[in-house]
Amino acid sequence: MNAKTADKIATTVIIAIASIIVLIMAGLLGFILFRGVGHISFHFLTSAPQSINAGGGIGPQLFNSLFLLFLTMIITIPLGLGAGIYMSQYAKPGKVTNFIRLIVEVLSSFPSIVVGLFGLLVFVNMFDFGFSLFSGALALTVFNLPLMVRITEQGLAGVPLPQKEASLALGLSKWKTIKSVMLPIAMPTILTGTILSAGRVFGEAAALLFTAGMSSPRLDFSDWNPLNPTSPLNPFRPAETLAVHIWKINAEGLALDAAEIAAGASAVLIITVLLFNVCARLLGKWLHRKFTAGK
Amino acid sequence: MAQSGQKNKLQHHIIEEWRGKIFASICIFLLIITIFSMVYFVSSKGVSTFITNGVSLKEVFTGIEWMPEGDNPIFGALPFIFGSFSTSILAALIAAPLSICAALFMVEIMPKVGKKYMQPVIELLAGIPSVVYGFVGLSVIVPFYRNVFPGQGLGIAAGATVLSIMILPTITSIASDALSALPSGLKEASYALGATRWQTLYRTVLPTTMPSLLTGVVLGMARAFGEALAVQMVIGNAPHIPSSLFESTSTLTSVITLSMGNTVTGSVQNNILWTLALILMLMTFIFVFLVRWLERRARR
Repeated sequence: MNAKTADKIATTVIIAIASIIVLIMAGLLGFILFRGVGHISFHFLTSAPQSINAGGGIGPQLFNSLFLLFLTMIITIPLGLGAGIYMSQYAKPGKVTNFIRLIVEVLSSFPSIVVGLFGLLVFVNMFDFGFSLFSGALALTVFNLPLMVRITEQGLAGVPLPQKEASLALGLSKWKTIKSVMLPIAMPTILTGTILSAGRVFGEAAALLFTAGMSSPRLDFSDWNPLNPTSPLNPFRPAETLAVHIWKINAEGLALDAAEIAAGASAVLIITVLLFNVCARLLGKWLHRKFTAGK
Repeated sequence: MAQSGQKNKLQHHIIEEWRGKIFASICIFLLIITIFSMVYFVSSKGVSTFITNGVSLKEVFTGIEWMPEGDNPIFGALPFIFGSFSTSILAALIAAPLSICAALFMVEIMPKVGKKYMQPVIELLAGIPSVVYGFVGLSVIVPFYRNVFPGQGLGIAAGATVLSIMILPTITSIASDALSALPSGLKEASYALGATRWQTLYRTVLPTTMPSLLTGVVLGMARAFGEALAVQMVIGNAPHIPSSLFESTSTLTSVITLSMGNTVTGSVQNNILWTLALILMLMTFIFVFLVRWLERRARR
């Protein structure tokens, strides 16, 4: 076989495989949306699930997912920013820093179920938070923190060195330089990364099974006092999120329309992740334009 | 007067600096504490099966019978270890060639189409939650296997298929990063010698980027190894070593997922699950070291 024929065959094969992959991906997205979107209605998004009868919704689960995401981000963002700032600005190159880098890498590749078990042992049992939104948020923080640190580091590494040096030369302290000069410049990268990581948190289930729990108490959506046990805002109540709900109805769904509910909930999950993605892209672009004064 | 004002300002700066430094240090300290306590708790719980409950190492790692209930419980975890390894290795074997082809297409063959359309799609797919992959597996792949092959459709084949689709985006994005980071001089030299595109790819591009490509494969495999719910939904959850790819079996993660809620803290049934988690954790260490080793190779 001469080289030209081999080249043609190889190119054809690569293009064929790439198109098969695109087809699989498109089929996957299409399947989820096609099967699920028809089931999404206002009623489905707002009403409580039914255990046996058909016609249940995903209202509390959707609320739990959003509330849990909010709680997680409140804890993760300051911690991740702080740790990322330390790693990129204060840590002196050497054995200790390399070691910290290694353990952050290890933490980021821990299976989420192991993080969930750790949460069960420490947050649920040892600190006695019980199966609650708060335990779930802490577990998700552990799960998300390494990513947040990496995002912050990347953002700060992208700041042009002269900017930092100019600020230091004007006599500003290092912290002030980081806070007022470097962070605003790094903001587009950090924000985009944070929103993408929020999408990951939104869909996470394995870490929540044993921390936020697999059940949701009856919620009273007219009660907004965070201290009442039936209030949706109470962070110390058990909460089943959307992703956990999908898993549960697939594993042990008794409702007559379990398959449809799973399809609808999957579609909602996908659409939300899509929204996070699009938002991150648009916001990143917009901020970039704003800060760089480009067109 | 002026001097004391300056002094105040200086003090203000110093205080501010210290406040910031302490905040950042506390954050990193918390992170370090978290990971150390995680390793400590999981290993101490995992080891207590052998120390407190007196289950033998040999039984857990070579036994093929799993009967945690009853007066004489037997804890042979080999089927789960086998299940985890076979699904994740098979998934990596399916996904690796496909994603490397996709990356070659995106970077070398049609860079414009690849960058504009394929990359955003791949990034999007990397963000799809794993339960959704499990749901799709359960409603498409399992019925398909049930109709085509003998058996229930649940099993290693279904698990590996779902996982391979799940890790495709991971491997593809790392592979395409590696390919586009390659200095163009190498390729140009090869073209200048009269090589065709395939010869250039096969003899120059792929060998030089091999360590980075393998990094992607290992990371994908690590993700497949630790994935719990998507696998649990399609694997069937029978606690034995299957005789075919289409027979129900279990993985380390699926057993933990299913049994953790039904056992009492401190009992041997509970501790053995922590031992399985310890195995998962040790495998994570191995994967991380493999990745580091490959990255060092890539830099050379």
